[in-house]
Amino acid sequence: MTTVAVKPATMAQALTRALRDAMAADPSVHVMGEDVGTLGGVFRVTDGLAKEFGEDRCTDTPLAEAGILGTAVGMAMYGMRPVVEMQFDAFAYPAFEQLISHVSRMRNRTRGKMPLPITVRVPYGGGIGGVEHHSDSSEAYYMATPGLHVVTPATVADAYGLLRAAIASDDPVVFLEPKRLYWSKDSWNPDDPQSVEPIGRAVVRRSGRSATLITYGPSVPVCLEAAEAARDEGWDLEVVDLRSLVPFDDETVAASVRRTGRAVVVHESGGFGGPGGEIAARVTERCFHHLEAPVLRVAGFDLPYPPPMLERHHLPGVDRILDAVGRLQWEAES
Amino acid sequence: MTVMEQRGAYRPSPPPAWQPRMAPAPLLPDAEPYRVLGTEAAVKADPGLLRRLYAELVRGRRYNAQATALTKQGRLAVYPSSTGQEACEVAAALALQERDWLFPSYRDTLAAVARGVDPVEALTLLRGDWHTGYDPYEHRVAPLCTPLATQLPHAVGLAHAARLKGDDVVALAMVGDGGTSEGDFHEALNFAAVWQAPVVFLVQNNGFAISVPLAKQTAAPSLAHKAVGYGMPGRLVDGNDAAAVHEVVADAVRHARAGGGPTLIEAITYRIDAHTNADDATRYRGDSEVETWRGHDPIALLEHELTERGLLDEDTKRTARDAAEAMAADLRERMNQDPALDPMDLFTHVYAEPTPQLREQQAQLRAELDAEHGHQEGAHR
Ligand SMILES: Cc1ncc(C[n+]2csc(CCOP(=O)(O)OP(=O)(O)O)c2C)c(N)n1
Repeated sequence: MTTVAVKPATMAQALTRALRDAMAADPSVHVMGEDVGTLGGVFRVTDGLAKEFGEDRCTDTPLAEAGILGTAVGMAMYGMRPVVEMQFDAFAYPAFEQLISHVSRMRNRTRGKMPLPITVRVPYGGGIGGVEHHSDSSEAYYMATPGLHVVTPATVADAYGLLRAAIASDDPVVFLEPKRLYWSKDSWNPDDPQSVEPIGRAVVRRSGRSATLITYGPSVPVCLEAAEAARDEGWDLEVVDLRSLVPFDDETVAASVRRTGRAVVVHESGGFGGPGGEIAARVTERCFHHLEAPVLRVAGFDLPYPPPMLERHHLPGVDRILDAVGRLQWEAES
Repeated sequence: MTVMEQRGAYRPSPPPAWQPRMAPAPLLPDAEPYRVLGTEAAVKADPGLLRRLYAELVRGRRYNAQATALTKQGRLAVYPSSTGQEACEVAAALALQERDWLFPSYRDTLAAVARGVDPVEALTLLRGDWHTGYDPYEHRVAPLCTPLATQLPHAVGLAHAARLKGDDVVALAMVGDGGTSEGDFHEALNFAAVWQAPVVFLVQNNGFAISVPLAKQTAAPSLAHKAVGYGMPGRLVDGNDAAAVHEVVADAVRHARAGGGPTLIEAITYRIDAHTNADDATRYRGDSEVETWRGHDPIALLEHELTERGLLDEDTKRTARDAAEAMAADLRERMNQDPALDPMDLFTHVYAEPTPQLREQQAQLRAELDAEHGHQEGAHR
């Protein structure tokens, strides 16, 4: 058995590698967006692609999100696999019309004749000190739109594997990139990056017996940290990383909660009308008789994303998660 | 050192010379809509083409009448008639080659039919049995699009993709005057011009967006003028003159195919019927205006020209009328059959593979249908 030297790589590098490998493997893969060419994207995720594959395959578009996604629709109709970059989460909103009215439903309206294999890459979430419109978590909007897959990696290996899977998918995928994890490193092997995760499976990141933290994307490392901290208080927490919000892996989640009997959903986006409500309901429906306490949510507050100097008060952190875990000691009379 | 202290060091130079990137003059549309019928230009028009246009216009008018009648019988949920606009619909579609693509808006059923889409399948959206009745790839007609102007960037993307693949395919994208106010119109034109995509944008300016007249839609001198700002030529054409529309669209298609980039065409026409069968047009326009436009009817114009030049005898007219009647009878008959719908189809085309959640819901509906079926059978027994 040969041992491969495992170099640490950042999530951004793994994403770049995924794009490059996908473009090399399939000439119909086209990358497009604002500043993705010469600059390599404001987060450098498309770095070097225009040079390697030419500007026709990694294209700096005019500054128009609806136009970017709308032209990608036409390109997909003609047999291409566009991968579009939305520069920041809140700047994807002008493209919602195209996303919701066309991207998500073209397969359905044409009875399968015109599927659209488009990947929409959206850097999302806070924690990087961004000014207004640079930190939104919009996953609930995407989740609420039938016809879209919604995927978000939390590790470097998943960033690579899930992006390859998204690009290979014959359906449109909203690929949410937790921008505060762009520079995170872990032991993914860039020299041997074969693993392509199927979309739709959650993974248990840490196993434990006393409660399940259900989370995804930027909140995964926070939950892992909270799980470590909780050991001191006698809690042995399991952490489930959803990886895919649509389709949703009910099985992995329910199996975990049945084992632990308690669950907290953790995410950055607002709690009201947010993904946590859906997840809590699904867990309750499936695990009611196993639950020792209500499913709790630790979410961002229900407000427009706050200015950077206040964002640490908004983002769900270890303490707020631990506090919720404490509340899982449910007393019948309360 | 503060900015104030630096001041002395800065010597303003005259602003760098500025020049427009290209002369706007060749992009400007003509002052008058281009016309062929009744002018010298008509002599050059191909008689075979004129006769074909005539037959298609007659068929199109009959189609509009039949579809409108079907709304009254409850067979169509709604129908946006293009009566008065048939010349744009038909002449534009016929200016395309088979390998080209049409991106229609919701009113452009006739253009789709002129490209070969089955008249019944073209009405599926409006009938309500499914969203799109035809296979878009069969005749290269994108689904009829109800959100305004959103199909325009699709046309640009498709044409761009075709060019990247080395195919000399052109996309014709149709939009109404109201649709030109949408952001997607702007983005599509801008992308097309920057990419030099082989796209022809055809605005059918029929005077109104539901009830709102053009004057409340735009302050531009004409919609064709909008082309200049994007760096593409704008053309103005009499939309009721089928020969002129055909020539102008065919020119633009040739120009695009040859690598010349996009063109914006404004066809001046008029919607004789109300916006749809559900609209009351008397609330926003007077009879005299409609009558004036009836005097400039696309079929009458073409018929007059053909007759003057001895290209249309009673036989040819009758053949066109009979073909239109046959089409209408067939449409009536097939539309009067109840479509057979399978409720399980609801789940078939949401994703390539249904999600686990959809599978559960599919099983639920299956059970409901089985129960309903069993119940009905029981009741019959
Ligand atoms: C984005 C959007 N907004 C509103 C509507 C509702 N609507 C349907 S047709 C119409 C008017 C369209 O006018 P115009 O573009 O001039 O086309 P015409 O009806 O004259 O063919 C409106 C407002 C729509 N279909 N799409």
